[in-house]
Amino acid sequence: MIKTDVVIIGAGPTGLFCAHQLGIIGLKCEIVDNLNKIGGQCIELYPDKPIYDIPAVPECTGEELTNNLIKQIKPFNFNFHLNDRVQELSKENESWIVKTTNGKEFNAPNVVIAGGVGSFEPRKFPTKSAEKFDGKTVLYSIKDKSIFKDKSVAIFGGGDSALDWAIELSSTSKVSLIHRRDEFRGAPVSVQKIKELSKKNKINLFTKYSIKDVKGNGSLEEVEIKSEDGKSKTLKADYVLGFFGLIMQLGPITEWGLNLNKKTIPVNTENFETNKKGIFAIGDICSYPGKLKLILSGFHEGALAARGCFKYARPNEKYRFEFTTASNTIKDRLGVK
Amino acid sequence: MAKIKYIEHNGKEHIVEVQNGLTVMEGAVQNDIPGIDADCGGSMSCATCHVYVKEDWYNKLPNKEMGEDDMLDQAYEPNSSSRLSCQIMVSDDLDGLSVYMPEKQV
Repeated sequence: MIKTDVVIIGAGPTGLFCAHQLGIIGLKCEIVDNLNKIGGQCIELYPDKPIYDIPAVPECTGEELTNNLIKQIKPFNFNFHLNDRVQELSKENESWIVKTTNGKEFNAPNVVIAGGVGSFEPRKFPTKSAEKFDGKTVLYSIKDKSIFKDKSVAIFGGGDSALDWAIELSSTSKVSLIHRRDEFRGAPVSVQKIKELSKKNKINLFTKYSIKDVKGNGSLEEVEIKSEDGKSKTLKADYVLGFFGLIMQLGPITEWGLNLNKKTIPVNTENFETNKKGIFAIGDICSYPGKLKLILSGFHEGALAARGCFKYARPNEKYRFEFTTASNTIKDRLGVK
Repeated sequence: MAKIKYIEHNGKEHIVEVQNGLTVMEGAVQNDIPGIDADCGGSMSCATCHVYVKEDWYNKLPNKEMGEDDMLDQAYEPNSSSRLSCQIMVSDDLDGLSVYMPEKQV
């Protein structure tokens, strides 16, 4: 059990800046994110795309913004819990007990939900029949590539993950690559390589096909693919891999008894607290009259939520407003002279 | 201004007037029409405003910009009549457009 002042759910720009504000006012926090890296949508959806509306930063990419925020909170040495997702929230006396999918437990008077549009999860096959093989022989990520040795593997997708794995596995497995159109969005050099391997019959390439069905008694045996004009083909497959990018899902957040408005959590604009005492929501996931889904709004929301957390984390202290330019206490916290 | 018909996967139709300059996605979201999620808010970074447009209208729409097909690869059951509704700008020319929603977006 990790005891802290605040658990922040989501390591996107809003969560990171909220952590900074907590550090400035002398509170501790732990940050949990489902992705394996820090940065949220900035790093997952648009690491290379320029952003033009961060105050005083005329232009920066999602990755640069993330790196600067990480640098900005470095003095506080907060812990990140990546590749993990908050599953359960329950109240115990004045604290929230926060449990994650990986079995971590936190005890904190405050939880700040900076979860964006939800956690990123792989998009799965639309075919119902794929569900019963999910996680065993129908996979959306690869942990141990040795399981594919000398097996038939059907890979679906047209991006870098699909192409890279098709190339990589083609030396030891019988690989089919299936994509819904004949253009690929992966790196041109990989596309070139795929075409060469296809010519040499090292990869079976099927373009303008998508999945129709997976079949097998007990274990997976075949995958059926279809073209838009109604043709279908059956391929032998021990494994079926899908790489269709990530979708965002609210997931367990909907089960915590919070008021929800479509996919957002209504908050008051004084401290961004939700209908539950000590649970705050900031960034894209919160809603209030006039809400703008901008990073700069998330920063403002995080600053106010941090002050809201102070009240429950230090019930016997009075919060004092201070400027970073003038306060020696803050300078100490930042480790500057 | 264009009258646009949004057809849910179950066949339920919603006809609304959408102002020029908005996108077909915004027309749905602002009128609380279910079936278009638009998680990323219109930045062509997700694929949750995916719609199908039948051939007669598909060919009349402005062509897809770079990147739209890449995003559509990541949509739920895309096919050759798929579009991202956040990339279709409404104008008078679109009066009478029908768009069909997929079974789901995520």
